[in-house]
Amino acid sequence: MTIIKISDLVYTYPGGSKPSIDGVSLKIEKGEFVLITGPSGCGKTSLCRTFNGLVPHFYQGELKGQVIVAGQDITSKQTSDMAKHVGLVFQNPENQLFALSVEKDVAFGLENLGMSREEMRKRVDWALNLTGIYDLRERSPHEVSGGQQQRVAIASVLAMQPEIIVLDEPTSFLDPLSAERIFEVIYKLNQEQNITVVLVEHRLDLTAKYTNHLVVMNKGKICLEGNPRDILYSEETSRIGVGIPKATLLYKKLKTAGFEVNKQTPLSSDELADQLMETLSK
Amino acid sequence: MIIIEDIHYSYASNIEALKGVSLTIKDGDFIAIMGQNGAGKTTFIKHFNGLLKPSSGTVRVNGVETTKTSVAALAKNVGFVFQNPDNQLFSETVEDEIAFALKNFGFDKETIEKRVTWALDFLSLTQYRKTSPFLLSGGERKRVALASVLAWDPETLVLDEPTIGQDHEQKEKLRQFITQLQTKNKTVVMVTHDVEFVAECNPRVILMRGGKIVADGIAKDILTNSKLLEESSIVLPQITQIFTKLSPLGLPTDIIDINEAELTILSKVKERQTQ
Amino acid sequence: MSVFDGLKFRKVFSPIHNLDPRIKFIYVIAIFISAILFSQILPLAILFLMQLPFVFLARVQKQWVRSLRGAAFLAGFIFIVNILTTYFYNDFNLTALNVESALAMTMRFVVLVESFSVFFLTTSPDYLGLALEQSRVPYEFAFAFTTAVRFVPVLAEEAQTIMDAQKARGLELEKGSLLKRIRNYIPILIPLIVSAIRRSLELAEAMESRAWGATKKRTNLYLLKLHKGDYILLGITALILIVTIYVRFFLPEAIPLISSFF
Repeated sequence: MTIIKISDLVYTYPGGSKPSIDGVSLKIEKGEFVLITGPSGCGKTSLCRTFNGLVPHFYQGELKGQVIVAGQDITSKQTSDMAKHVGLVFQNPENQLFALSVEKDVAFGLENLGMSREEMRKRVDWALNLTGIYDLRERSPHEVSGGQQQRVAIASVLAMQPEIIVLDEPTSFLDPLSAERIFEVIYKLNQEQNITVVLVEHRLDLTAKYTNHLVVMNKGKICLEGNPRDILYSEETSRIGVGIPKATLLYKKLKTAGFEVNKQTPLSSDELADQLMETLSK
Repeated sequence: MIIIEDIHYSYASNIEALKGVSLTIKDGDFIAIMGQNGAGKTTFIKHFNGLLKPSSGTVRVNGVETTKTSVAALAKNVGFVFQNPDNQLFSETVEDEIAFALKNFGFDKETIEKRVTWALDFLSLTQYRKTSPFLLSGGERKRVALASVLAWDPETLVLDEPTIGQDHEQKEKLRQFITQLQTKNKTVVMVTHDVEFVAECNPRVILMRGGKIVADGIAKDILTNSKLLEESSIVLPQITQIFTKLSPLGLPTDIIDINEAELTILSKVKERQTQ
Repeated sequence: MSVFDGLKFRKVFSPIHNLDPRIKFIYVIAIFISAILFSQILPLAILFLMQLPFVFLARVQKQWVRSLRGAAFLAGFIFIVNILTTYFYNDFNLTALNVESALAMTMRFVVLVESFSVFFLTTSPDYLGLALEQSRVPYEFAFAFTTAVRFVPVLAEEAQTIMDAQKARGLELEKGSLLKRIRNYIPILIPLIVSAIRRSLELAEAMESRAWGATKKRTNLYLLKLHKGDYILLGITALILIVTIYVRFFLPEAIPLISSFF
């Protein structure tokens, strides 16, 4: 089932001289873990803001083409209506938490929807548990680390039980270990709750292994899309300036030097290590 | 040359952020300071230009004790680039932004003009000379901030989390930029969480934990010491992770560089073929 | 970690902190009215002493003393102005009664400061925000209050970083004439304002994405319920008001003046 369908999307910010999204068509199926990457300014951030209608409702500007998300045409829906279907998590954890305690933040969206207190309590606890921050629920946002703040942000969109969670570079302010933990939480939501995930990231080292649908953008266009193994192996990806995982790079180097470890291009260090182990210990 | 001897520092809240740190930074050194949040890294580097003065112990920059002089005087030798460029950009044009510090330091008009032109060129910003810094992209703003410090040509450059929010290409440019500074015999100190970046740059690594230096050595030694890194919540570089898993094959585990990794594996393959 | 720790609120648990802020506010208003109604030193001193148990139960003695010390200058000022006016008014004569009434005026001021400081020292901002949400105050107002509490320390920390960043580029804030010194703050104010605007836009985006304004009938995760302590405080408040009104209007002669003992 197609849950996001974008056709011939062209979008220009107000006052912009050229479109930030320049003719994008994309189909995302329910339950997919989609990874969107590309150099800064390639249009990926604008694209993910169309999913809940922030583009064009909040940003205004000119939008051509069509974006259908969870059966709704975003141009005819308010962002607040889309919130039940699409949860958006932003880059800076600090600027998306408004309450004075963690659980109050997680409840924020539900309060806005006018949910009953009993139902809200259940949903909040559920979201806190899934993101592993139940013990922090009474803390104030100053008292938790950046990684934990970002988990609060994830829990707070999760509580609204959306079909889709979109994350815009959620770990760019975090250290690698905290980042890895965030990705694990997201992957778990995708696998166990069957939530469609759209992740915008530079850090392919840590994320390529989770996806089966990779989208590479450059200059407002989608230039490569499909199986991450093929895309990360291709020459074009390196040319665009995408940070290819070290394991994939090493695999490529070895293959160029005449040693093919395995038929399958590895996406993570673990994968390459396993392949090497198997080949070299035969 | 910066000589730090047994410094302690406590914030008003009575938390001791530095508990006896000593370090000598020689001209031309390239150092990465690593450690988890709260290890004292930022507190430590703020001592290099006198933004913080030690509660006890001494910091001497080119022989001058930081407690006996002003931040402005120290800043001339020690340039400091903060993590977020938006914490410093305020001028109408990129050119003015870069000239700001030069004016503060009292350079004459001609020198200012010359240095601004040079810094713009060095960081490929010449086309934005008359543009407002606020209209530039994040990566470009970061370069303007860097240029505004580089302009007065300090001996030492301190970079706080230079790779945060940067994409692959921007990081690559930063790495080349640091290499260029190295050839000019500049001292570069960076605070970073970015293990991959450190592995690529190959600097001297200083690991801090709980307000103390717990390790000091070449990147290859420190970034491959899994026990040490684990205690500081730092993950091993991707390449090292592969070799740690391959240790039953008798391959070395202290590899951080991709080229060395390739050669090591290829020689292992060759060895097996000859057997 | 930083000097701005003081701005970050922490949750404190004490019998007084746990009281409903709305009831505490009614109590403060009752003390306020009583203090206005009395102009003699004795009842005002009693009002002053009555609040000490609150201070000790809430274990905020230190902060309380600090806030009183802050008010000391103004209190001294009130006392002197009172003394001087009566002195000039009475043809350069000063009686014990005049001094007592000046002291009473000062005491009144101290009682007012004391009661408000007890309220703010023992009410955590999140609780206060909650009380605002559940009063008839429009939600937008309550939200603005909590967001301000949430972001003041963040902005204060940012201001410090900006100051450091500009100092590191040779800016000397304390240098030059008065006009120059004011202009020195431009490189600090502009980044601070720009970042506050950027922040507020990001906040607005995040709010929109979490269904801000989806329904008119907003609900609340927490429900403020009155507990035993709140009823006790309400009782005490009523008692204070009754005694005050009774003594003030029906037994005005019964209040002794200290100066009449001499």
